[in-house]
Amino acid sequence: MMSKIHVSTTVNGQPEEALCEAQQSLLDLLRDELGLTGTKEGCGTGDCGACTVLLDGRLVCSCLVLGAEAQGKEVTTIEGIADADGLHVVQQKFLEHAALQCGICTPGFIVAAKALLDKNPDPDETTIRYWLAGNLCRCTGYDKIVRAVQDAAQELAHSS
Amino acid sequence: MAEAVELKAIGTRPVRPDGVDKVTGRANFGADMALPGMVHAKILRSPHAHARIKTVDVSKALQLDGVHAAISGKDLPQEGANDLSVNILARDKALYHGHAVAAVAARTPDIAERALELIHVEYEPLSPVLSIDDAIADGATLVNENMYTNGDRSLAPSNVAAKQSFERGDVEKGFAEADVIVENAYRVPTAHQGYIEPHACVATINEGGRATVWCSTQGQFDVRSMTAGVLNKKVSDIKVIPSEIGGGFGGKTTIYLEPIAVKLSEISGRPVKMVMNREEVFRATGPTSATLCRIRVGAKNDGTITAATAWLAYEAGAFAGAPVGPGCMSVLAPYNLENFRIEGLDVLVNKPKVAAYRAPGAPQSMHAMECTVDEVARKIGMDPIDLRLKNAADEGTVAPYGPRFPAIGLVECLKAAKKHPNYVNKPDDGVGRGVAVGFWFNIGMQSSAEVRIAENGGVTIMEGNPDIGGSRASMCLMAAETLGVPYETINAHVGDTEATGFCNVTGGSRTTFATGLAVVQACEDIIAQCKERAALTWDLDVEQVDWQDGRAVPKPGVNADVQPLSLADIARSAGRTGGPLLGRASLNAQGPGASFSVNWTDVVLDRDTGKVDVLAFTAVQDAGRAIHPAYVEGQMQGGAVQGLGWALNEEYIYDQQGVMENAGFLDYRVPVASDMPMIECQIVEVPNPSHPYGVRGVGETPIVAPLAATSNAVRDLLGFRINDLPLSPPRVLEAIEENA
Repeated sequence: MMSKIHVSTTVNGQPEEALCEAQQSLLDLLRDELGLTGTKEGCGTGDCGACTVLLDGRLVCSCLVLGAEAQGKEVTTIEGIADADGLHVVQQKFLEHAALQCGICTPGFIVAAKALLDKNPDPDETTIRYWLAGNLCRCTGYDKIVRAVQDAAQELAHSS
Repeated sequence: MAEAVELKAIGTRPVRPDGVDKVTGRANFGADMALPGMVHAKILRSPHAHARIKTVDVSKALQLDGVHAAISGKDLPQEGANDLSVNILARDKALYHGHAVAAVAARTPDIAERALELIHVEYEPLSPVLSIDDAIADGATLVNENMYTNGDRSLAPSNVAAKQSFERGDVEKGFAEADVIVENAYRVPTAHQGYIEPHACVATINEGGRATVWCSTQGQFDVRSMTAGVLNKKVSDIKVIPSEIGGGFGGKTTIYLEPIAVKLSEISGRPVKMVMNREEVFRATGPTSATLCRIRVGAKNDGTITAATAWLAYEAGAFAGAPVGPGCMSVLAPYNLENFRIEGLDVLVNKPKVAAYRAPGAPQSMHAMECTVDEVARKIGMDPIDLRLKNAADEGTVAPYGPRFPAIGLVECLKAAKKHPNYVNKPDDGVGRGVAVGFWFNIGMQSSAEVRIAENGGVTIMEGNPDIGGSRASMCLMAAETLGVPYETINAHVGDTEATGFCNVTGGSRTTFATGLAVVQACEDIIAQCKERAALTWDLDVEQVDWQDGRAVPKPGVNADVQPLSLADIARSAGRTGGPLLGRASLNAQGPGASFSVNWTDVVLDRDTGKVDVLAFTAVQDAGRAIHPAYVEGQMQGGAVQGLGWALNEEYIYDQQGVMENAGFLDYRVPVASDMPMIECQIVEVPNPSHPYGVRGVGETPIVAPLAATSNAVRDLLGFRINDLPLSPPRVLEAIEENA
């Protein structure tokens, strides 16, 4: 058996070290080695977006990235979205709009929606829908998710 | 039904109590559980749709470093092995592509995967039965050589596990009175529930034979009884702890992994974790029945339906048990009919054993009926809502399946739809509109709840229904309303099988109705105790004490110079008045109250590609009373989009050998955000007389009408009917070319 790979990375601003197998995904590294189980696996093939994280600021499906690729990079997961001041406005709006039912897709949606608003603070409905098209939700029909993101954008615009 | 009192909590839209954990990644779902010393198990699955299993040899797998245990079907108890057991691990035959054949537990998932490759299975492939037509043809290959229709061994074995029929009136006379008759046959494909969370569990068993199972399920008590049944264990020797559940839609009302995990734990002495991948979820769990439905409807020129017949064949997968019963019972439920005949067939094919999927059976049969009714409306030139109003079931109508409807809201929904601006505004040129109605019975069944009051007056609800879409919030709202205390002081917990009283599964749209009823009654128990404590404190008779706005007060006219006592006041001094406040209720809820809906959709079509786009969708549904309207809308919107996915894209695709070719979300395409418009909702409230707040279940009805609404909208555009679903680009394009 091949020896494990030593990975030094930064997760949610904290330096982390872990040993991972060559074939192990970033998703498995986060969940199984670092205990960050907020990032979910829905398919393992990059089709559902439940495992969405930011890798050096770029949205990725962590099931399609090797753990070893996190070496020297910055990873942001759902656990890094809220801060000491409390929930991020996207999280708050998901709650207020009942934009989750079972909640399994929610971490991926929130990471993706926050990334959208960081890049484009005033997206129209179509932009939101296409940006989130890589994240599957089977419960909500997307209506309340889109409204939550619209409301979050509006609130961010007012507070800035 | 309570008097029309002013409601304070019910009907508001507060944040759900489990919300913060679910937006921060803290909530633990099935695959998030881990125990010290845990090993990981994987399943070897049949590559054949139908094959005799001659031998299974796991000895080489056991020799691989890191492997702790390996089993095949013969390691599960054989005596009395039921369909569930044979589905969990195949015995003599592999019955579908993906049927579990053996399992391995190893130090890592990766080692377990490699060990699977070392298991030797000798198969003798048999010809697969892949459609209703093949299954019911003369001389068909038998999926199960011991299957006799309705158990009648005087007949030859058959792939038809069961037939049922019921009728009323004189169908021939009814058709003779008709001015128009429409008859059509419709196919609906196999579809999967498509919950985003794959099945997962962790199981451990000690040397005393007591097992503990953590899993994602819609019903921990059902997991307990089913696992006990498969393993020949006592129910009381198994404890099941439900995780948060990442979607189920009926698909997590049964089990696939838990007995295997317990068995492997017994052999290895370790906790065993099992997590399916998405391909396994598609190949071996869920789906719902593909169907072939023939409908004939006769009507007079004034719209009166004079007769209807339905012949409904449902694929069960490889084991008996398609939802043909509810399919038959729902097909004509929206209509007040004098003459009808309904026949249903439960048909075995070499596909996965079907599991419940949201209103099981109704979307398929009602798709057929609602498309046929649409054709009738076109033939006689009548508005499709007016035609349904002309024939609508209402309070007092004897439902086709027997009982007389109490207060129901179909007529109210139809009238609300008729004057809805989205219906009043006619579609533009090039836009097709389709209307359909939906229905689901809803169920009651058994529930328990406890309400515990902390020393500060904080309220804890303990109940046993996994929260799949906001039910904790509904429980807290009903408790807040009943007790008269703020919603924010209440929390709801979903207990394991030993922490809470028995509750039937989260399914049948029963949780807010039945478990909600138990919560209300447990709160009433608390109020009764609080009145006793206040009476004791004030030296009054309990009959002299009232409960108002969350406080005990002397009844009007009672001469007592006392201050009202709040729930917190009473809780604080509970030690001096008889001990902690603990309210309880257990019940078998009756009268769940059927829920009807009216849906319509506007669609456009790209005639070059055959792609249908949904421009608008409106859902009107009777909720009885919406406890948390946002989550009621959420059910309506989510069900609408699942129905639209089934109508437009979703289907299991098999090759001629019965190998599923699209076992992943890339090729089994569920709707994504950019496919869908906003889903507009109007909640109608015709209170259910069997619930103190008028609740009807709302979760399942929403998936029923979108199939036919979509088909009717495409029909509106094309000028001809495509009978079969899905209305995917290749099918629509082919139909356009054929009709050119």
